[in-house]
Amino acid sequence: MTSLATLLEQQTVIVCVGAGGVGKTTTAAALALEAAQRGRRVCVVTIDPARRLSDAMGFDPDRAIGNEPQQIDVAAKGELWAVMLDTSTTFDGLIRSYAPSEEQAQNILTNDFFRNIADSMSGAHEYMAMEKLYELHNDERFDLVVVDTPPTSNAIDFLEAPDRITQFLDHRLYKILVTPTGGLARVVNFAAQGFLRTVARIVSASVVDDAIEFFAAFDGMEEGFRGRAVAVHDLLIAEDTAFVLVTVPRNDTVDDAATFIETLADADIAVDAIVVNRVHPSFGLDRLDDHGDGPLAPFITVLHDSQAVAAGQDTVLATLTDELPAGAVVKIPFLDTDVHDLDGLASLAQWLTPEGTP
Amino acid sequence: MDPARFFAASRVLIVAGKGGVGKSTMSATLARTAARAGVSTLLVRLTPGGPISRLFATSELTGLEQTLHAGGGPGGDADVRGRLVTPDEALAEYLADHGLARITRRLMSTGAIDVVTTAAPGIRDLLVLGRVKAFEASQVADLIVLDAPAAGHAVAFLQSPTGLRGAVGAGPIATQADDVLEMLADPKRCRVMLVTLAEETPVNEVIETAFALEEEIGVALGPIIVNGLVPVPEGLANNLDTLVAASAPKISTADIANLRDAAAFRLKWAARQNEQVARLSEALPLAQLHTPYVFTTEPGPGELETLSNALSVGIDALGEDDA
Repeated sequence: MTSLATLLEQQTVIVCVGAGGVGKTTTAAALALEAAQRGRRVCVVTIDPARRLSDAMGFDPDRAIGNEPQQIDVAAKGELWAVMLDTSTTFDGLIRSYAPSEEQAQNILTNDFFRNIADSMSGAHEYMAMEKLYELHNDERFDLVVVDTPPTSNAIDFLEAPDRITQFLDHRLYKILVTPTGGLARVVNFAAQGFLRTVARIVSASVVDDAIEFFAAFDGMEEGFRGRAVAVHDLLIAEDTAFVLVTVPRNDTVDDAATFIETLADADIAVDAIVVNRVHPSFGLDRLDDHGDGPLAPFITVLHDSQAVAAGQDTVLATLTDELPAGAVVKIPFLDTDVHDLDGLASLAQWLTPEGTP
Repeated sequence: MDPARFFAASRVLIVAGKGGVGKSTMSATLARTAARAGVSTLLVRLTPGGPISRLFATSELTGLEQTLHAGGGPGGDADVRGRLVTPDEALAEYLADHGLARITRRLMSTGAIDVVTTAAPGIRDLLVLGRVKAFEASQVADLIVLDAPAAGHAVAFLQSPTGLRGAVGAGPIATQADDVLEMLADPKRCRVMLVTLAEETPVNEVIETAFALEEEIGVALGPIIVNGLVPVPEGLANNLDTLVAASAPKISTADIANLRDAAAFRLKWAARQNEQVARLSEALPLAQLHTPYVFTTEPGPGELETLSNALSVGIDALGEDDA
């Protein structure tokens, strides 16, 4: 049986997935801490952690410049490192490593069109989270990388983003536009000019010029990017990579989670464990219907409410967790965990692996 | 303040909040509450799915307007209608409006549209806001409620006209950006209502978002909706043992323990929320509207009415300057 504890001890990559606002970042940090306590050298990639969490981890945002992992001061058999993902810097690093010359790299890095891609293109966050994951996975300092994925409306974005952006960079239309010579190309080029003029009417000529400049500078680098995207994809579907889905017991969130699991399954990826945050307690049997109006009424109402929520969440969760072995589903009680410091993170880690740390 | 006046104070309400705080549910609640006050409302959502169809017990929103809640009845309710406006649709419509329908297909099929939207980031957001502005101008309803992207993204979303205004120089996009900026800057036309939960992280985020919206965009903020507040029934703090001793039918020890645990949990939960509500009041000088936690995992039309009642009560209690 695969429990969360087993995953923490055996896998080399753990990807935390789920909707926004479900406690994914905190869960990723707690999983990383628990793995470190089990003796592993762990690096957690967090994405925009709440101030409280970065404070809790003793993570100094001022030191985070350069996008490099920082070691967190914890009493553990292993080591805990953390890095806050900086999409823009990570993208720049990727350009530098594939540009044939520093000059070409600079041409790209200073281009406005490229800055738009690195800073705000849809999928860039997801792409860079996966890129960082790949980079750290190949870093000998770490034997486990835990990655928090950006909150996304489209479940599979982080899987598809590398391919999608690589394809974009290799854009056929712009290959034609920027090919300077050759008989047929020249003709197409001419036709394309009219088309470009129309586009320029919408978004102005200068942004179109930036785009053409970018594609010209990028020419020849597509191959390296494509190879890298394949390698990242292979890492995600590798045996040693586990997926942990984080959710809360609300029907819309659980519906999203179920869709998520299906989409991952289509990509041959199984969710190995589910963490359910904010689970309401159940207070035992509710047999007190007959005391309606007396002085006990407020107590009875509150117990009724609680039991209604508890029963409702069990029904909602059953659809999600029935497919998984019992040890792979962990429920974190609402109100009992409040992560203000490393101790809070450690107590959350205990909930995640209730069988205890060996 | 009379809800009819509250909802007449601006023609567009942009509802924003972090994921999981009930932003879409509150958009639906605001729309329904406005309609109950006789203000006809169009609810606009940007992505398919979400809780709206469940709350109104209707089919999913599409790009075609549909009635979510028909007006009439003894209270003189107005209609709530709803529709989806997707960025792709807004872009296609924009191109068609500017005599570029012919190249739209080519832009889409060659993937060049991705290049255009990357060259001018924020263009999709701007065009969506442009559609909302067009709804406002054509007065399709007394009030337009926009269920905006999750906070954080909301700032970027509303910044899109400013960002593009600098990037594109003169031309149709610049005109569009100017028009939208004009709407955002006019509190009689447009207000943002932020939604949060009474929990630490959501409160921190809503404070940050509120300052960013005021300082960077200059849009007027309406009251903040604090959602999911758990009620504490009167008498819950009384001594349970005394009450049990006085109670005629005997109650088992196990049941007493359950009652005690459930009450303790509720009181602890409410106390935590009160701390956060107080912290929010201190940090943000905005009026608050409180909506209750609903004790079900599947909120439907019944819950929508409950939430709407709470919102009406809250709006009634607002001062004249709080809108």
